[in-house]
Amino acid sequence: MTLGKDTGRQATAAPSNMQAGVPAIELRGISKAFGPVQANKDISIRVMPGTIHGIIGENGAGKSTLMSILYGFYRADAGEIFINGRPTTITDSQAAIRAGIGMVFQHFKLVQNFTVLENVILGAEEGALLRPSLAKARKTLAHLAEEYELEVDPEAVIEALSVGHQQRVEILKALYRQADILILDEPTGVLTPDEADHLFRILRGLKAQGKTIILITHKLREIMEITDRVSVMRRGEMVATVTTSETSPEALAELMVGRKVLLHVPKATAQPGATVLDVENLRVTDGAGVARLKGVSLKIRAGEILGIAGVAGNGQSELLEVLGGFAPGKIEGRVSLSGQDLVLSGPGATGETRRAAGIAHVPEDRHHLGLILDFAAWENIAFGYHGAPDYQANALFMDNDAIIRDTEGKMARFDVRPPNPQLPAKSFSGGNQQKIVLAREIERNPVLLLVGQPTRGVDIGAIEFIHRRIVELRDAGAAILLVSVELEEILSLSDRIAVMFDGQIMGERLPDQTNERELGLLMAGVATEAGAA
Amino acid sequence: MAKLPTWADLVLVPLISLLLAAVISALVILAIGGDPVEAVTVMVDGALGSPYGWGYTLYYTTSFIFTGLAVTVAYHAGQFNIGGEGQAQLGGLGVALVCLALPWPHWSIALLAASVGAALFGAAWAAIPAWLQAKRGSHIVITTIMFNYIGAALIVYMLVEVLRPIGQMDPASARFPVGAKLPNFGEIPGLSLIFSNKVPANVSFFVAIAACFAVWALLWRTRLGYEIRAFGKSESAAVYAGISPTKVIMLSMLISGGLAGLMAINNVMGESERLVQNASEGAGFIGIAVALMGRNHPFGVFLAALLFGFLYQGGAEMGLWTTIPIELRLLVQGLVILFTGALDTMVRMMLTPFFRTARGAA
Repeated sequence: MTLGKDTGRQATAAPSNMQAGVPAIELRGISKAFGPVQANKDISIRVMPGTIHGIIGENGAGKSTLMSILYGFYRADAGEIFINGRPTTITDSQAAIRAGIGMVFQHFKLVQNFTVLENVILGAEEGALLRPSLAKARKTLAHLAEEYELEVDPEAVIEALSVGHQQRVEILKALYRQADILILDEPTGVLTPDEADHLFRILRGLKAQGKTIILITHKLREIMEITDRVSVMRRGEMVATVTTSETSPEALAELMVGRKVLLHVPKATAQPGATVLDVENLRVTDGAGVARLKGVSLKIRAGEILGIAGVAGNGQSELLEVLGGFAPGKIEGRVSLSGQDLVLSGPGATGETRRAAGIAHVPEDRHHLGLILDFAAWENIAFGYHGAPDYQANALFMDNDAIIRDTEGKMARFDVRPPNPQLPAKSFSGGNQQKIVLAREIERNPVLLLVGQPTRGVDIGAIEFIHRRIVELRDAGAAILLVSVELEEILSLSDRIAVMFDGQIMGERLPDQTNERELGLLMAGVATEAGAA
Repeated sequence: MAKLPTWADLVLVPLISLLLAAVISALVILAIGGDPVEAVTVMVDGALGSPYGWGYTLYYTTSFIFTGLAVTVAYHAGQFNIGGEGQAQLGGLGVALVCLALPWPHWSIALLAASVGAALFGAAWAAIPAWLQAKRGSHIVITTIMFNYIGAALIVYMLVEVLRPIGQMDPASARFPVGAKLPNFGEIPGLSLIFSNKVPANVSFFVAIAACFAVWALLWRTRLGYEIRAFGKSESAAVYAGISPTKVIMLSMLISGGLAGLMAINNVMGESERLVQNASEGAGFIGIAVALMGRNHPFGVFLAALLFGFLYQGGAEMGLWTTIPIELRLLVQGLVILFTGALDTMVRMMLTPFFRTARGAA
């Protein structure tokens, strides 16, 4: 395999050395700076038609900027774009669509209360009357659905669709606009393993029809599974372009981070102590009367990580919420922490009382729960602990300087970059945002740490760091409840694994006595013989 | 949309917005046969050209600071309080009840008591919409605006049936006792060298400035302010952090209503010295524009209040001394609100390319 820094450029200099024909997309010497930050530095890349080309790199490596240039959101400071061999200037997304480029964003751009059909024709209506456009779109959609396994009910309203289906609508939108080149930005970040598999089948179908696909991701497994070639970006530069079959996850990880990375954090055998968390027959019925938890019982001891595996939406979120002091509906059952019963609903059940009891919570959704994105890093470090005595100057005022000093220390210890307490949370990368949340929750030495999706949207270098910190907290004697949809993460971190399906625990396994297949079956609600709990 | 540098956002955008409002106002004045240059001269001269003009400009400024701060505090909690008008009127009732209750020995004691009365009544008037929002989810924009009308009707009832002295024809309270008379700028040592004792600007101007500092400290230095801002940015995250939505909505709206009510120490106690109908004269609504233009920061509110004070006084002078009808004052204010409040995104978009090329060239 070729790992030279100049592989991309060599390919440019020696055309048609791999496949005959003109590349569907060729970028030559693209550079883009935002103020002093060089987001893209002299990037050259060629993507052959009818291939799936992966672009991998950590958050902030410049992948999204590059694709935004290709889609007309930004203008490059220097460089050229060739589409099917023709030099093309892409001034805006309309021009990109005309050039046959379709983009599926990480955060979907759909009108929530429109139907699938209305969303598909939005901006591509032909004439003032909607009826002919809708009729045409309905026909085209039926055709596309058949051809690419892209079945979606055209009359369904978007907000009623699952995330996986919403994504299909985004793909349909692009195909309806006759895109030949499809760019997908972190497409599996929000999908269940099943939905991700389905997406990959769709992508393979599209490839078979001669479409060109660019897949932006930071997940090595996806790259290995589906791409033909992969380009690795690091700090705004294209460090290598390699043929996927000739590389390995470890080699790619090293290229991405620039140093050797441990994909699995080593940990000693757990030394569990007394029971910390005892959940008995917990039931939650949400506002719409749907039972979300149907009698969950579990125990976690000090110095132990219990991993909850499961497809998103099977009650894991509600479990975290009840324990974290939310009231996601009507709650029944008993929960005790170190022998003390917790108040489950009413004014005694708040994030404040939970923290006072020694429960820290790294929520699943750090953008909507864990952080205030417009707040500075130091304000986020105080978030939830803003009443802590060490953050108060006197009875009247908070001690902002003390919080800033504390933040500086936490940023240094958790390697948050850039280590600037005044920067708003939204300007940090996903991994650094998560480190801010972790620093805040871990350093108060909780008795119990609730942690949901600790590495969602987090780059690979930070994953190792975050996993290490969680294991360290375990070794310091905390009980840890880990919820993750990443089976790999569950398997590598947990001391025990409980699988949730439809609001119930399907069974418990030990990580070294199970495998992804068995867990996958439990996650799908199929009880295996050993799991008849 | 690309971000502008902070200085452009804070200084350039409002200035260009104002300029656009001025240009369009000038065009309208031209169209109705007036002389825009004369209009500007009269406005500037009338509002800023003499101590007398300043005395009026700062009087209006004082009211607008209070109502602007009221909108600001609620805004940071994510609540759009457009009931400042009603809360200011109720504040006037509080002031009147306090001032008429005793033969006050000294204005300073009266001011303290009247401030408490004004704030309490204003807060009480905000409390019901706040409670409906916190507990019932009734939209605060709807409830606060409806409470403006209820408030106005209540004041009329109180003036006609309760506070009107026997034998008096017009619906107003009795004149406040002499001990409750606030010194105006012409009666304050030092300032009296500049101002005559005919000007309405009074000591409550300094209360307004103190309120700016207090609001700043509340929002950015206290735990409650932190909770208010956090809740205003993200309700779900606030709940995660253990912040009670009910507490934040109630307290922020009580403070907001209290600030709007405090305005009454300026117009009711400081100027008219009795409670009349519609004493707040729309200042509650101007407060929305002031907060918008002041970027919901107390210092910005101060500057914006000054601008609107100028427009108010200058506009009155324009109506008085030129053939341009006084109604044009409303047009100018309307345009300023339109450009600084509603269209500043447009101005920002116009500016973005300049900064983009500037950055590209760098």
